[in-house]
Amino acid sequence: MDATDIADPDYFHKVVDCQYACPAHTPVPEYIRLIAAGRHADAYMVNWHSNVLPGILGRTCDRPCEPACRRGRVEEAPVAICRLKRVAADFKGDISNCLPKAPERGNGKRVAFVGAGPASLAAARDLALGGYDCVIFEADARAGGMIRTQIPRFRLPETVIDEEVGYILDLGITLRAGTRIDSLRTLLAEPFDAIFIGCGAPRGRDLNIPGRAEAAANIHIGIDWLSSVSFGHIDRIGRRVVVLGGGNTAMDCCRSARRLGGEEVRVVVRSGYAEMKASPWEKEDALREDIPILNFMVPIEFTHESGRLTGVLFEKVEARHDDQGRRALVPTGEAPVHIPCDDVLVAVGQENAFPWIERDIGLAFDRNGMPVVDPLTLQSTHPRVFLGGDAAFGPKNIIWAVAHGHEAAVSIDRVCRGLDPRQRPAPHVSLASQKMGIHEWSYDSAVSTDHRFAVPHRAKPEALADIRAEVELGYDDQLAFAEAQRCLNCDVQTVFSARLCIECDACVDICPMDCITFAADGPEAELRPRLNAPALNPDQAIYLAKGLKTGRVMAKDEDVCLHCGLCAERCPTGAWDMQRFLLTTAQVEHACRSLSPA
Amino acid sequence: MTFLPKPKLHHPELPTNAVGLTRRDYEGAISTLCAGCGHDSISAAIIRACFELALPPHRIAKLSGIGCSSKTPTYFLGQAHGFNSVHGRMPSVLTGANLANRDLIYLGVSGDGDSASIGLGQFAHALRRGVNMVYVVENNGVYGLTKGQFSATSDRGAKSKKGAVNADTAIDLAGLALELGASFVARSFSGDREQLVSLLKAALLHPGAAIIDCISPCVAFNNHAGSTKSYDYVRHHNEAVNRIEIITGREPIAVDYAPGTTVAVTQHDGTVLRLRKLAADYDIEDRAAAIGFLEGRRREGEIATGLLYVDPDAEDLHAHLGTIETPLNALDETALCPGADALAAINAALR
Repeated sequence: MDATDIADPDYFHKVVDCQYACPAHTPVPEYIRLIAAGRHADAYMVNWHSNVLPGILGRTCDRPCEPACRRGRVEEAPVAICRLKRVAADFKGDISNCLPKAPERGNGKRVAFVGAGPASLAAARDLALGGYDCVIFEADARAGGMIRTQIPRFRLPETVIDEEVGYILDLGITLRAGTRIDSLRTLLAEPFDAIFIGCGAPRGRDLNIPGRAEAAANIHIGIDWLSSVSFGHIDRIGRRVVVLGGGNTAMDCCRSARRLGGEEVRVVVRSGYAEMKASPWEKEDALREDIPILNFMVPIEFTHESGRLTGVLFEKVEARHDDQGRRALVPTGEAPVHIPCDDVLVAVGQENAFPWIERDIGLAFDRNGMPVVDPLTLQSTHPRVFLGGDAAFGPKNIIWAVAHGHEAAVSIDRVCRGLDPRQRPAPHVSLASQKMGIHEWSYDSAVSTDHRFAVPHRAKPEALADIRAEVELGYDDQLAFAEAQRCLNCDVQTVFSARLCIECDACVDICPMDCITFAADGPEAELRPRLNAPALNPDQAIYLAKGLKTGRVMAKDEDVCLHCGLCAERCPTGAWDMQRFLLTTAQVEHACRSLSPA
Repeated sequence: MTFLPKPKLHHPELPTNAVGLTRRDYEGAISTLCAGCGHDSISAAIIRACFELALPPHRIAKLSGIGCSSKTPTYFLGQAHGFNSVHGRMPSVLTGANLANRDLIYLGVSGDGDSASIGLGQFAHALRRGVNMVYVVENNGVYGLTKGQFSATSDRGAKSKKGAVNADTAIDLAGLALELGASFVARSFSGDREQLVSLLKAALLHPGAAIIDCISPCVAFNNHAGSTKSYDYVRHHNEAVNRIEIITGREPIAVDYAPGTTVAVTQHDGTVLRLRKLAADYDIEDRAAAIGFLEGRRREGEIATGLLYVDPDAEDLHAHLGTIETPLNALDETALCPGADALAAINAALR
């Protein structure tokens, strides 16, 4: 097979599984090391630079990094990356001196943002730091978008939102709260150089089955109900509640209902437990609060009596797979099940809604009613209009919205400077040896064998008594250190120099995971199974080096490497070295440069 | 060398052998030898050979003398019995242990200083007596612990790291072992893992005195140009006479070679060593020919490796002496102390 080109930043980036999986490419091992070193403010700033909302994401992120974490392939559970992010936020102290400031003299360009959710906030932060005059229009009274309206306070305290949204708005961004944009045409007519749409997916899907209209008073759309709870318009619910849907909104609904008088709260889902869209930990949190999750039941009717909801009728189904492996939910033929209840919360999905975008202003929509967006630049077919977050490609999550915000900001910056937005700036990359002495590395190379530490929770009676009492208490200092030590430092790369190798096999013998093999060359498919430990995970690369004296090749399977550095410690000639790879994605450049095209 | 212990974590697909152990279960403490030492490679080969033969580690006794080589038993088979003896005296201690308990598998580990200099007499007599053991000489041609003086196995004309030229004749431990009557004689190279592992496995299965003279480059003091025991020199002058496959009872013969290129040696305990011949007319069971062959290769400046000689009908010391089959520690008091009458009978027989 071909020798690996380690000069290509993508190669080592992929080895840092967590960072690669993060839509915003947060340098995870970098900030985890800072947490272990007690440098919480620095860890926070690494996060703030990449994902803008560390305290919020440290509590609510969908954590694409954790299933990707190498530790999860080495032992039972990945590093609790998300909750370590929260640690950085909890213990950072006063970071006001660390935050960058917007340039005193702007560049004279103005950008409008529709909606003050995570996508807009991320894009506005980047552009404000680049000297842009940013104006955010928000229909609600306060900034935050779904972070503020849909995520219950027992998962995310309001103080955290206020703080982190504040850091962004304090960069000189204008917030026009309580201002709903009703017409994009009108907005385009105003003196803005670009418009960013980050209005989310604001419409909760309804369930039109018999009885919907008659029992309407006690049937609520999940995200609207959560929003009303969040703003304090609703503080009670019936004793018996049925929540329809299996996503994270359903989990937030049922747990909120438990805190507002719901004693018998049930979640009823069409699909099976494993196929539910909700994150596993959110399902566990619901179960922990005595909320049963009933699966394979499809609602067919809201029952009512003299205009008042009495319950929901369900048909029982089972999953069947056809020849192509496609799953269908087929009625079992059993008698329908009636679940009596006082209130129903419908959380069966969200939809985009763009009634305020005129269809004749040069912004094309596709057949599904979604705006046509270039996934690379997030530019619409109107050159001055960009979209991000749920508004761009339908409901996803906060971290994707932040990532879109960064990319859209880069595009807006390039368009404003008269450059092609499809030409993306390269990431900043450094690769530096960590060798300090013969057996000394500037990272903690010892591998912890601890299993994942659970985050302490507030006692259940106390948690259920107050909807504003945060359930997760977060790691304390010591737990955070121990959990941080579980990180394998995958960004400290094993870098091999064939020229120096004497083929003594010392690295092969010391490697605890049998990653390294010296063997005759061959095509990758043939080489993989004959390595010392067969490399059967095709998602993980083989690091191949040529130029050895015997004509063999060095093949290292990246899959389960612990990055312990023992290969480099054992190497008599320094052919192996441990080098820290730090990649930061390109963002809008911070001021001090002219607006003339580069 | 490293200061950190090797992490206990291992590859999720790490295989287990017939006794349910992984290769990692055959490891010992972390090595404190210099990074890149050939001895560490030999330790790794011993670990693999014992794992692949599914030997229960607690039924192995590893014995050594003094020197870099003799430190290595700490670095493999952490669950085995161990005895770090006096300089050059490992063969005597091993002989004694073997006489007391023939049920254990004996692995003697020594170096060129320990076996060819201070312990040459011990080396000779253990082999001459046919003690059932595997005797591994980790042969680097220098005294590494005292900064690289020539040892007794250094070739005449070899250069030290500082440039001095060796004027003395080298002792060829494999040749000496042939002379002394060892029933399994092999030479190998720490840089040829496949060969070394198969030779170790064959030696462990051999019911007699087996010796492997294993060239093991000293990275710190004997891996330079002018050395005849460096990685580069041995790789260039290595001439393997054969490759071995070990066939124990239940394994089918996996690979077929052209007729005439393989030879099977059935030992009297039933194990079969199948050799793929690399040197066409080499007769593995002909001791005189083996001695001649070694001399011929030496004259050409080549290093003959592989299984040089095996006696399929080897007998060991216990057979020669007619000792009791039961280990002494398993005999009860009446057997061990037969009483005054028995002593009187023996004394009477000698009058």
